Amino acid sequence: MSDTIKDATLEYAVRLGDDANVLGHRISEWVSHGPFLEEDIAYANVALDYIGRARMFYGYASELADDGRTEDDFAYMRDDRQYHNLLLMEMPRGDFAYSQVRQLLIDVYYNLLLPKLAESRDDTLAAIAAKAIKESRYHLRRSRDWVLRLGDGTEESHRRTQAALDSLWGYTHEMFEMDETERLLADKGIAVDTTRLRDEWHRQVSSILTEATLSVPEDGWAVRGGRIGYHTENLGHLLTEMQFVHRSYPGCQW
Amino acid sequence: MSSEQKLSLQEQQFMGKINAEEKIEPKDWMPEKYRKNLIRQISQHAHSEVIGMQPEGNFLTRAPSLRRKAILLSKIQDEAGHGLYLYSAAETLGISRDEMIEALQSGRAKYASIFNYPALTWADMGAIGWLVDGAAIVNQVSLQRTSYGPYSRGMIRICKEESFHQRQGYDIMLSLVNGTQEQKAMAQDALNRFYWPALMMFGPHDSESAHSAKSMEWKIKRETNDDLRQKFIDQTASQIEFLGLEHPDKELKWSEERGHYDSGEIDWEEFHSVIAGNGHCNRQRLEHHIKAHQEGAWVREALAAYNAKKQAKQAEAA
Amino acid sequence: MQDNALELFEVFIRSKRGLDHKHVGSLHSEDHEQALEYARDVYTRRSEGVSIWVVKSSDICASQEDDAEDFFDPNDDKPYRHATYYELPDAVNNM
Repeated sequence: MSDTIKDATLEYAVRLGDDANVLGHRISEWVSHGPFLEEDIAYANVALDYIGRARMFYGYASELADDGRTEDDFAYMRDDRQYHNLLLMEMPRGDFAYSQVRQLLIDVYYNLLLPKLAESRDDTLAAIAAKAIKESRYHLRRSRDWVLRLGDGTEESHRRTQAALDSLWGYTHEMFEMDETERLLADKGIAVDTTRLRDEWHRQVSSILTEATLSVPEDGWAVRGGRIGYHTENLGHLLTEMQFVHRSYPGCQW
Repeated sequence: MSSEQKLSLQEQQFMGKINAEEKIEPKDWMPEKYRKNLIRQISQHAHSEVIGMQPEGNFLTRAPSLRRKAILLSKIQDEAGHGLYLYSAAETLGISRDEMIEALQSGRAKYASIFNYPALTWADMGAIGWLVDGAAIVNQVSLQRTSYGPYSRGMIRICKEESFHQRQGYDIMLSLVNGTQEQKAMAQDALNRFYWPALMMFGPHDSESAHSAKSMEWKIKRETNDDLRQKFIDQTASQIEFLGLEHPDKELKWSEERGHYDSGEIDWEEFHSVIAGNGHCNRQRLEHHIKAHQEGAWVREALAAYNAKKQAKQAEAA
Repeated sequence: MQDNALELFEVFIRSKRGLDHKHVGSLHSEDHEQALEYARDVYTRRSEGVSIWVVKSSDICASQEDDAEDFFDPNDDKPYRHATYYELPDAVNNM
């Protein structure tokens, strides 16, 4: 592997790790706050899947970096300007509709992305994706059902779900944008060209939303910047909490 | 046959099963007090699992490593699962989960008082797993032999899953005592704060215990509070020593004669005070539960509405 | 404060291919599909199953303890239906 490709792959693994780490953290905030016990348990499984995924991606990043950094150095020792997750992941927990709508938007995305990543020329990324795809299929089954139920449930649930959708939609565009790093890797068959996923994503999401009696938002606005560390104000608070113990006692084993 | 005689015959048959170590099953006749006693105990146990998610949930988002976070999350998730198994078992006695939750939220039903103590440092995650789950397991192992079938089966399932809870707690403590001075001090502090409350989890002395005698006769409980507490004291002593931490009980001494540790007296005033509502978190725990439940109300309503629409559509199609 | 939104379902799990489904407990959910998913999340967190059945608790028809004598006792006097009824010579084992 050339140094350029290696560096780019490292950055790519960190991005995917950041996505999983930040989203896993957000979902874990639901623990003991779920609408009923069964859902509390089920949603925790999704959080566990994402935390596991973060560990795999960061683990691969530390292998590539080969400078003594561990998975936890990636998770706990970087500030928000160095985090390169998609903005959608860091948006607050919100109400249950907000979380399930976000989940749907992301789950459809991963169900398109992961099968492609599983064909990556990079064996490690391919293996992680192959494992993750099974998880994401199940996640989508859940979030799809929830959006259908909430969208076509009561007036209140419909209102909350549509509001969540309207306030999250602008953060979805960035999922389908490629910078130089990802372009380079996509050309080598390592990264997934996400620009090609957008149409199918839009088609699938729209069909679910329509069935849920929700209206598909217009594409009038788009916020971007997660991949270069230009975040919303939410991430700083999330990292403050996540990293507090780890950073208060530097260099400790836990 | 008069109804009184018939009742006593039923009662005789019931006690016959209990004495023969046969399990009582949901459809069996049982004395009303047995049913009430079970509902009280099982629902209290279920509430404890569910409220017990909070002190650890409070630290989940601050877990110092991804590995610890994953472990802690699966442990808390297990607790939710165990709460659910127990609600399930109680529901076989003719009470609904809604009724039990209502009793919890109105303060009529209790949960383990240990969860009214605050979780302040990461070491508390270790102490809770090791001591609080440890004490719970001693009790639960004994309850696997309880006379009510669904409760017993629930306990067997829970014990099988729960052995990892105590180990992960002790494992956290091990990492801390093998770490820096600060980490070791954190571990000692957590042990100091949780040791005595963990002993209190077994309840008052047998001589003071309101429900004990009848529960033992009906074999709902299989061992007394004091016997179970002694087991826990005995097994914990060497675990503390292995960690190289100072034992919080200065009067602890091995008794050759009894084959057990003699220990100092629990501060029963504190015990009663925390139960009476003076713990750090009594109000917070209930408010948290009520808030989550209320915030989930519109979700549950949406489910019902969606289901009603779906059934109407199916009926129309048929 | 009755919620009533969620129905009670009984959960049965086949832990290994070749074994029967076994009752493991119950849960609340809106419909069969959701009950299946929750059963997966609640009762197979440690890969305890290869197949799940969920049944509405209200759909279960159970024998009553009061009938137990009439229901089960008549089979108590048919020991010849059990293998242990027949004593075979030691020379013939493992039949």
